[in-house]
Amino acid sequence: MSALITCSHVDFGYENHDAVIDLTMDVEEGDYFCVVGVNGSGKSTLVKGLLGLLKPTAGTLRVCEELKKTGIGYLPQQTAAQKDFPASVYEVVLSGALNQRGSRPFYSRKEKDMALKAMEKLGIKSLKRHCYRELSGGQQQRVLIARALCAARRMLILDEPVTGLDPRAIQDFYGLIRRLNREEHVTILMVTHDVANVTGQANKILHLQQRALFYGSPSDYEKSLQGRSFLGGEEV
Amino acid sequence: MSLIAEMLSYPFLVRAFAGGILVSVCAALLGVSLVLKRYSMIGDGLSHVSFGALSVAVAAGWAPLPVSVAVVVLAAFFLLRIAEDGKVRSDGAIAMISASALAAGIVVTSLSTGMTTDVSSYMFGSILAMSPKDVMLAAGLSLAVLILFVFCYHKIFAVTFDESFARAAGVKVSAYNVLIAVLTAVTIVLGMRMMGAMLISSLMIFPALTSMRIFKSFRGVVVSSGIVAGLCFCVGLTLSYGFSTPAGATVVLVNLAAYGGFWLAGRLL
Repeated sequence: MSALITCSHVDFGYENHDAVIDLTMDVEEGDYFCVVGVNGSGKSTLVKGLLGLLKPTAGTLRVCEELKKTGIGYLPQQTAAQKDFPASVYEVVLSGALNQRGSRPFYSRKEKDMALKAMEKLGIKSLKRHCYRELSGGQQQRVLIARALCAARRMLILDEPVTGLDPRAIQDFYGLIRRLNREEHVTILMVTHDVANVTGQANKILHLQQRALFYGSPSDYEKSLQGRSFLGGEEV
Repeated sequence: MSLIAEMLSYPFLVRAFAGGILVSVCAALLGVSLVLKRYSMIGDGLSHVSFGALSVAVAAGWAPLPVSVAVVVLAAFFLLRIAEDGKVRSDGAIAMISASALAAGIVVTSLSTGMTTDVSSYMFGSILAMSPKDVMLAAGLSLAVLILFVFCYHKIFAVTFDESFARAAGVKVSAYNVLIAVLTAVTIVLGMRMMGAMLISSLMIFPALTSMRIFKSFRGVVVSSGIVAGLCFCVGLTLSYGFSTPAGATVVLVNLAAYGGFWLAGRLL
């Protein structure tokens, strides 16, 4: 197990205030890492920081060399505009290979093969020519994961991926992420509100409220004060 | 056929065709990106700002074209900033700015010279507006837009479809947005004098919406928008010559008819 990302006493923030303060954590290879917290607790800021879109204002953030090279696959929150965007599934998935293309204006055979392979892995190859906006929420999410896998196969960062999915699609989605994590050894970092579902599958939980209120294993989280406030649960 | 031959015997109409087709195609290509990002209002806002700038420039005796290009480019930056905030009030703010610019233009004009032919032709367009210099400008503009769409097609797709992902993949999203805003501003200023300030935004919006009725891929929508825009302009200009109707309004109605046709075809397919 080697650490892919190490944060020690990191602050992330914007000009006037820090949204994340004094965070120490590490993401190791094969982790299924969940970040939970109320709205405005700095989760999205943390994601931006890990993706390298935001420089830490204090502390050190170390990203291992290999990850720097291959990059991190990112599944952003869906926007309203995307829901009726005219694009074929293939076009969307292929756009994940953008960062490997450099300044070449067109995609090569290799990148196209990669897109096809990613679609096959997620069982959406038959939808290749379909229009993105005509898919169900769950299928759209699969397309976006395939795109993220095109961008990077080592690690995925998912930002509130189950928002707006129906309960069956949510279970389906978690099954898929678990499979990617266990069989394909993809390291997962997921930001979510759906605490009840993730404690069963994650191996690390970070409860963020500007500072890390809790950082540890799910079983300890369930016993912790923060965990109980989110999970309901019985008094211990 | 004889009608077309007759039209092409007038140099000003040849210029109108050449300039109009180029501007329409540029407007349509840029329009795809704007419509899909829900920025349709920006095109409308910019055309009104452009009208205001032209009127003030004419009243003050400045060169209209450079002044309005500069003002509209600035306005494009500003409107984009408002729209990117994604706050609820952004569409209201854009509507406010566009109405104010229009009102300022009208008041300044009536105080100085009264509604001259120059200003009213800016408002409703004039087929005589394309000077040889404008055609050259339109050719330069469309070259720039075509180069952008051919060589940066995939990046434009990524930026239009999902800015956050594109940013994470290392695409300079803001640079692309600015580039598109500047090209949009130039397109509007150039096209406005032929189509009219009130109607130019339709050249950006219609072809994209029309193409989206039938095509389900981004590539399909982009290519079809360019073709639809060019054809609609030619048909519109020919009809306007044949029936002596204003060119800009006729082109818009042809675009509307095309939309209807595509809508019907999309339903039946």
